Amino acid sequence: MSEMKKIKNLKEFSTSADRFEGANLLCPGCAHSIIVREVLNATNDDMILSASTGCLEVCTAVYPYTSWDASWIHIGFENGSTAVAGAESMYKALKRKNRLKQPERNPKFVSFAGDGASYDIGFQWISGCMERGHNIMHVVLDNEVYANTGGQRSSSTPIGSSATTSPAGRVSYGEKKNKKDIVSIMAAHGIPYAAQVAPNKWKDMVKKIQHGFSVDGPVFINAVSPCTTEWKFDPKDTMNITDLATDSLVFPLYEIIDGHELNITYRPKNIVPVEEYLAAQGRFKHLFKDEYKYLIKEWQDRVDEKWAYLQRREESRV
Amino acid sequence: MAFDKMELEDIEVWDGNFAAAQALRQSQVDVVAAYPITPSTPIVEGYAQFTADGYVEGEFVMVESEHAAMSACIGAAAAGGRVATATSSQGFALMVETLYQASGMRLPIVLNLVNRALAAPLNVNGDHSDMYLGRDSGWIQLDAYCPQDAYDLNFIAFKVSEDHDVRLPCMVNQDGFMTSHTAQGVHTLTDDEAYGFVGEFKPMNDMLDFEHPVTHGVQAEEDWHFEHKARQHNDLMTKVFPKIEAAFSEFEKLSGRKYNMVEKYDMDDADVCVVCMGSSVETAREVATEMRAQGIKAGVVGIRVIRPFPFFEIAEALKCVKAIAALDRSSPNGAPGMLFNEIAGSLFNTDTKAMLSGYVYGLGGRDLTKAHLVALFKELQANVDAGKITTPLQQFIGVRGPKLAYL
Repeated sequence: MSEMKKIKNLKEFSTSADRFEGANLLCPGCAHSIIVREVLNATNDDMILSASTGCLEVCTAVYPYTSWDASWIHIGFENGSTAVAGAESMYKALKRKNRLKQPERNPKFVSFAGDGASYDIGFQWISGCMERGHNIMHVVLDNEVYANTGGQRSSSTPIGSSATTSPAGRVSYGEKKNKKDIVSIMAAHGIPYAAQVAPNKWKDMVKKIQHGFSVDGPVFINAVSPCTTEWKFDPKDTMNITDLATDSLVFPLYEIIDGHELNITYRPKNIVPVEEYLAAQGRFKHLFKDEYKYLIKEWQDRVDEKWAYLQRREESRV
Repeated sequence: MAFDKMELEDIEVWDGNFAAAQALRQSQVDVVAAYPITPSTPIVEGYAQFTADGYVEGEFVMVESEHAAMSACIGAAAAGGRVATATSSQGFALMVETLYQASGMRLPIVLNLVNRALAAPLNVNGDHSDMYLGRDSGWIQLDAYCPQDAYDLNFIAFKVSEDHDVRLPCMVNQDGFMTSHTAQGVHTLTDDEAYGFVGEFKPMNDMLDFEHPVTHGVQAEEDWHFEHKARQHNDLMTKVFPKIEAAFSEFEKLSGRKYNMVEKYDMDDADVCVVCMGSSVETAREVATEMRAQGIKAGVVGIRVIRPFPFFEIAEALKCVKAIAALDRSSPNGAPGMLFNEIAGSLFNTDTKAMLSGYVYGLGGRDLTKAHLVALFKELQANVDAGKITTPLQQFIGVRGPKLAYL
């Protein structure tokens, strides 16, 4: 049987034994490490982890050091999900052949990847893993940009964001395309569990991760990971920005069970205007010029529309 | 899950693909992750059927691309167990990124590479373009000339690759269609003999040992990258040859079939010889014998181990010969051929005065006929008679239009 952690409060959480060391090279204020700790702290079971190439990978395993106290693998940018799927296949084979060294253990297989490695270059690999039904969890650390290489746009970069390959300029407001709805796409594989999470709502996140570990089959988690460097906010404000993301409903928190049953898991008591979320980040600064203010209105409309859609999906139970 | 052994005849009529699939089954591979591509598809299909019929206890994972196939193989190998796959040509090209990762991470994996041309133009037939594409990837590379070799070399590949002093992945090459789809008599091992030879997999730095967590696939920049690569090269150059020799000799004791780094045929007193790989070796041997009846002392050198390249063995095999033809089955695209260059390098600091010329042949599955080889041996003999190379250094065999010759 799998062993889940019972954590009552944030203090207990923050002092809980850790398999991800604080000794890493991530930026001060980076949400990646917070999310990773929340995922790893959701279980006492052994873990086999992977990271696709990206901030998390280059900041936690620079030879001859490692920040990982659980087995961990990195191959390339696109294939972290498949690396863990390969390990999970080996686990199944060795279990069947009675060759596991610790047969009583019940390992969890988790792949971490950025939005570039998930929405873009690793998309096919993740889809393959979801379709084949591996008992793995793929967690996207979604900072909406190729942060590790200096802020290029990905298909997760939202409209109006200034990225180095879709910069705001004299005649451009930055990124022109809407963010890909990856949770819906992955849920459409008919996987047992897909969810969107945020590190500020850690109880919601841990609950979802634990549910993900309890199901049989692939799990997809999209975690918003505010990036102090590329979103351009003060490192001390990471959780404030995350609060704005969840409370403006730019990042609604919900889950999709068995590919269709949608539950909203967080309803902000006071919904914050999207404008406040945008205004708190340097990447959207140019939107506040007179000629681009219509984009802020469009942003709000899109968020309202998506929220209404999620509620309709939840009510209809289909 | 049911897992049955299979009764085989002493000699089965198998093509190279089925021989390889049987070898994978008998090696009791823990994870096969693969994606089909002509002409290697029947290896994967054969293995799938063994799985469906209860002859395989391991996992068989059909992934969505060759890149994913090797990615899953890497994850599975790092987890700690026996791993294999098969591919060809474009699929191999798609895998290339991960080939370097597999070898750099020092993971034992066996890859059956059924050699096929690389597009464009698209072509499904056999040449060595894919083999040459992988030659700097840090893998051990063995070459089968016939279905029997394809069968035997798989066992040797597991044995060498998984050795704790080696820990490097290994490719077993065979010619697309000429070997992979041509049925011949194959002397078999029983399931117990075969598994006894490859042995139980012994894990090392296995991720599934939860008491000893391990980090695989780190970042190493200018401060450490070079040391990793140098050590990998060092192990290829110094540790692999003795292990291959030992495996060849142990396999001879088991099967009576003796493999060598460099396969010499009628080389003791040869004046002229060709050096080649794949199914052409057998054709060349037949023609060499016929040439001797015509008074030309012809021999053949087949390369069995492509990487690490048997530098000294090649020089030794060629030390007494007067004229050598290096046969490359891949377009050099702007250089002498790979074999030409490797042989020239092997001979350069020796006392041999042999004349070396290069021939490009068989691209996209174009036949290398006995007539081609007869003409080639005669050309080499003409060089010997003239005491100098009378032809350009690089020629193309069997291509339409005006004769292509360079250098």
